[in-house]
Amino acid sequence: MTYTQRLDGRKFDELRPMEAKAGVIPNADGSAYFRAGNTISYAAVYGPRELFPKHLQNPKKGIIRCYYNMMPFSGSGERIRPGMNRRAQEISLVLTKALNPVIDLSEFPNSVVDIFVELPQTDAGTRCAALCAASIALADAGIPMRDMVSAIAVGQVDGTIVADLIYGEESYPAVVSDIPVAVTHNNKEITLLQMDGEISKKDLIKALELAKGVTETIYELQKKALKDKFYKDN
Amino acid sequence: MPKMILNKETIAQLSKENQRLDGRGMLEYREPIQIETNISWTAEGSARVQIGETVVLAGVKMSLDKPYNDTPDEGGIMVNAELLPLSNPDYEPGPPGIKAVELARVTDRGIRESKAIDLKKLCLQPGEKAWFVTIDIITLNDAGNLFDASTLAALAALKSARFPVADPATGAIDYRQKTEERLPLLKEPVGVTVCKINGNFLVDPSSEEEQAYDARLSVASDDKGAISAIQKGGDAPLSIEEVSQMIDIALDKAKFLRKILSKELGKNQK
Repeated sequence: MTYTQRLDGRKFDELRPMEAKAGVIPNADGSAYFRAGNTISYAAVYGPRELFPKHLQNPKKGIIRCYYNMMPFSGSGERIRPGMNRRAQEISLVLTKALNPVIDLSEFPNSVVDIFVELPQTDAGTRCAALCAASIALADAGIPMRDMVSAIAVGQVDGTIVADLIYGEESYPAVVSDIPVAVTHNNKEITLLQMDGEISKKDLIKALELAKGVTETIYELQKKALKDKFYKDN
Repeated sequence: MPKMILNKETIAQLSKENQRLDGRGMLEYREPIQIETNISWTAEGSARVQIGETVVLAGVKMSLDKPYNDTPDEGGIMVNAELLPLSNPDYEPGPPGIKAVELARVTDRGIRESKAIDLKKLCLQPGEKAWFVTIDIITLNDAGNLFDASTLAALAALKSARFPVADPATGAIDYRQKTEERLPLLKEPVGVTVCKINGNFLVDPSSEEEQAYDARLSVASDDKGAISAIQKGGDAPLSIEEVSQMIDIALDKAKFLRKILSKELGKNQK
């Protein structure tokens, strides 16, 4: 084990400085801003509204659609061409699946709730920041929810299990694993789980336990963002 | 929340009496007007502009490329606009529609035709290597008058931009490191849109007023009052006399916006 000091000096289970705000986009039915270090996400929720084309409609309940997008200047390399690339499509899919278990749209048949997430600047952990913002925005929009979703990337850098990896850790020249995890607050269930790199099963479970612990902090931040907004409104 | 009732007739009626739905004067911008630079560390330059509830981001990215054949000693610029579905319930995901294309092209002309950037200074090796500057304009909340907000954001982003570190031999760019060198800006074009509703003129249209105008003139001009781009919009025709009056308003309001820009950028530097 040689990764004894993190690149940015954090403790192994320490999160980056985080910030959350609800109600940042006046046109939207619900919206949020979420920042983790140098990764920033905006989320806007529109709906429930009628779903077109009609063949997508579900007469039993409404559906949600999540769209994830990095702004053209938000990558740390060259400009990203606008439009949904394969990566954005896949992330949009897993974000939708991560939110589905906590959403109850049984009272809104044939309708859709659209969730748009946009990132103006990034430094790893974008899908987790997107999910944290989306969860606040859905609550802000008053969409019926069973629970809140909080997400964090955990992983192993050269033998050491860490929380909230930055780009320098994801690309660390050693054995690295990167595991984005979303956890529901009440039941501590996992609604998003992806992994790439290399890790043993034993360490994976350890990393998931770590994620379960640190998402508690994020949940408190999300809750505070919502409280602050409605306190201000009244 | 989407405004389902369009007050088209009310807006037209009020305009005749030199009044507006939100109580503003005809030639008055919404408050606040805020300009913030360096809002994205990954961009070479960036800005956030807010006019009333309209919020627009602009980001500048630079790359090294081969100059075009007809201008072998020049770099280039490109403006792209994304009307995000996040910013307005009427926008849908997918490739840019005609509104986004028009916004991008008029903003592009304002910068390009004023020769705001010294393109020759962007050339490193004639016929081989030059800097190309891409400006992406992104709407966060479209509550009307995207053109004025976009040109202001583009200009602020260009002013804040710094070149990334590049290896002159290989042309490889390290985007994670910025130099102190700034873009060679010669002019500072600012755009103002003037609308004609029921015979009277107004500036800074809200979303509702954009649905109600008869004609529109978007004008980009530099600090000396030289005009670099014009775009007429709307279905109603304009007389030469009306064009003249609208341009007078646009040039006057450009001065007003320019004053705010220098004040806000001064704030950022402190």
